[in-house]
Amino acid sequence: MILEARNVRRLYGAFVALDGVSLSVREGEFVSIIGPNGAGKSTLINVLTGVLAPSGGSVRFKDRDIGGIGAVTLTRLGMARSFQLVQIFPELTVLETLQAAVVSRLGLGSRFFASLAGDGRVQREALEVAALFNLHEKAHTPTRELPQGDKKLLDVASAFALKPEIILLDEPTSGVSTADKHAVMEILVGAAKRMGLRAIIQVEHDMDIVFGYSDRIIALHQGKVLADATPAQIEADAQVMDMVVGRRRGATIPAPHPALSPEGRGRSSKPSPPEGERAG
Amino acid sequence: MRAALILVLVAVAIVALPLVAPAYYVTLMLPFMAYGVVLLGLNLLFGYTGLVSFGHALFIGIGAYSGAVLTTRFGMRQMELILLAAALAAAVVAAPVGALCVRYVKIYFGMLTLAFGMVFYTFLLKFYRLTGGDEGMRMLRPYLLGQSWEGFSKTAYLIGPYYYFSVAVLALATLLMWRIVRSPFGLCLRTIRDNPLKAESLGVSVPRFRWYAFMISAVYAAVGGALLATPTGNVDPTLAYWTHSGNIVFMVLLGGFASFFGPLLGAFVFIFLQDTVMSVFPYWRLVFGAVLAVLVIFAPGGLMGLFARRMPAEVSRG
Repeated sequence: MILEARNVRRLYGAFVALDGVSLSVREGEFVSIIGPNGAGKSTLINVLTGVLAPSGGSVRFKDRDIGGIGAVTLTRLGMARSFQLVQIFPELTVLETLQAAVVSRLGLGSRFFASLAGDGRVQREALEVAALFNLHEKAHTPTRELPQGDKKLLDVASAFALKPEIILLDEPTSGVSTADKHAVMEILVGAAKRMGLRAIIQVEHDMDIVFGYSDRIIALHQGKVLADATPAQIEADAQVMDMVVGRRRGATIPAPHPALSPEGRGRSSKPSPPEGERAG
Repeated sequence: MRAALILVLVAVAIVALPLVAPAYYVTLMLPFMAYGVVLLGLNLLFGYTGLVSFGHALFIGIGAYSGAVLTTRFGMRQMELILLAAALAAAVVAAPVGALCVRYVKIYFGMLTLAFGMVFYTFLLKFYRLTGGDEGMRMLRPYLLGQSWEGFSKTAYLIGPYYYFSVAVLALATLLMWRIVRSPFGLCLRTIRDNPLKAESLGVSVPRFRWYAFMISAVYAAVGGALLATPTGNVDPTLAYWTHSGNIVFMVLLGGFASFFGPLLGAFVFIFLQDTVMSVFPYWRLVFGAVLAVLVIFAPGGLMGLFARRMPAEVSRG
């Protein structure tokens, strides 16, 4: 068990955003959190990443209570995140963005007089991550000049550059054109494998992505866990499909992506194209 | 390559100036160099960390008064030690002030720094016995490199040894700042300037790095302040007044905060423009106000921003 939430409640005044949410993420899992708007996904992400303290219950990461400990400390413990609305450093280049993550991870930030350009390790690691995400040719491009899809990719890539054990992706393909979504996911899952991540959690609206890549899906509804099961089981559950997915998917169930599941390691990372109907 | 050439030419011009220029213009270079040091520090906060301080005259005041107090009250005249003491005093004050200020951003940060500046100004004004009140204190001619330079007239001292001493301090300050902005630390500051939320998510402790930047800029301002006191020979509370803080922010804007050398250019143009305008027209603030308005509207990148397209990237984009 890497990450575990137990009976988490979160209130905003009288409004109950999370009402006794329990979940756990195990080694090698790719877990998707789904749910309609207002189901509590954003609050859950913020609680899981230590930004918000739970009003009740506990969140444990590697057997340590992380309730409200803040992004900086959590990063150091080995959890990274990306954002739903793309977050970049407009004036920095792609390479500088990745270097910042490497500098932070290696704890070099307080080197006031050291030469950044002369630090071979930082340069090398940043370039490695750039290459993993197909951003190496744009290494010296100012981030503000990147196309939207690359900005999104860089946001995720910089989180990966922290070499986290677990990564939390808030809608990794939002703002990415439908045609590019699978390519982005392939890059992402491939990078996770190469960098030895222990688990991925994503919040995602695109059901093709959710059903195509997840080992497990957690469906939230009105601050409660409505279902916590494999894609196949979710697909078979008419009630969940109606309430959370909002429609029936096609009869065929796409196989989960094998990249991260322990039995799938070492297998071909060829994507199994989702055969269900396309999300509108 | 061209950047290096420009730098070398500027350096040669500065070193050769006392040999060719009238003494008057050489003495005008002294405040330029003092402000140069101040602005290098201020721009670490402004251009690299994204925090605009409207109270940095506080630290100029601390530096200048350190020199005056040490030379007149304690008979301590070694300029090297005065600079060290000024830096130390600034750090002692900046540590708690900065810790409080960096918890706020934008206008709140600016207003809080302004408030501390006003507090210090009032302190200088009211604690007459220590500071001389509104008349201020004398700054005795400091010794340089252990020499008293007794045989030199005031002007000869200023355009000779003191000029080159200032050049050396500015050069050292520039070199150190050049390294700071190119260090891993400098990169962390730029992430904070661009996007604090994202910086935090990458593990960069935003308040801590802002505090470091604040401390460094305060030390720079105090060193510059101590340098500034000698040519005037007298320090008074207006050094720490908020309009002085405004002036140095103006210099940074004038030169361009987006580039490493922009603030130095701003200080240079400010000093010489002020001198020229004042000699022909008593209302120099009117002219400067107009310049500032034009600048903000038409050239937000400052003078360096105007040249940026024709300048090598290393110079324009420090």
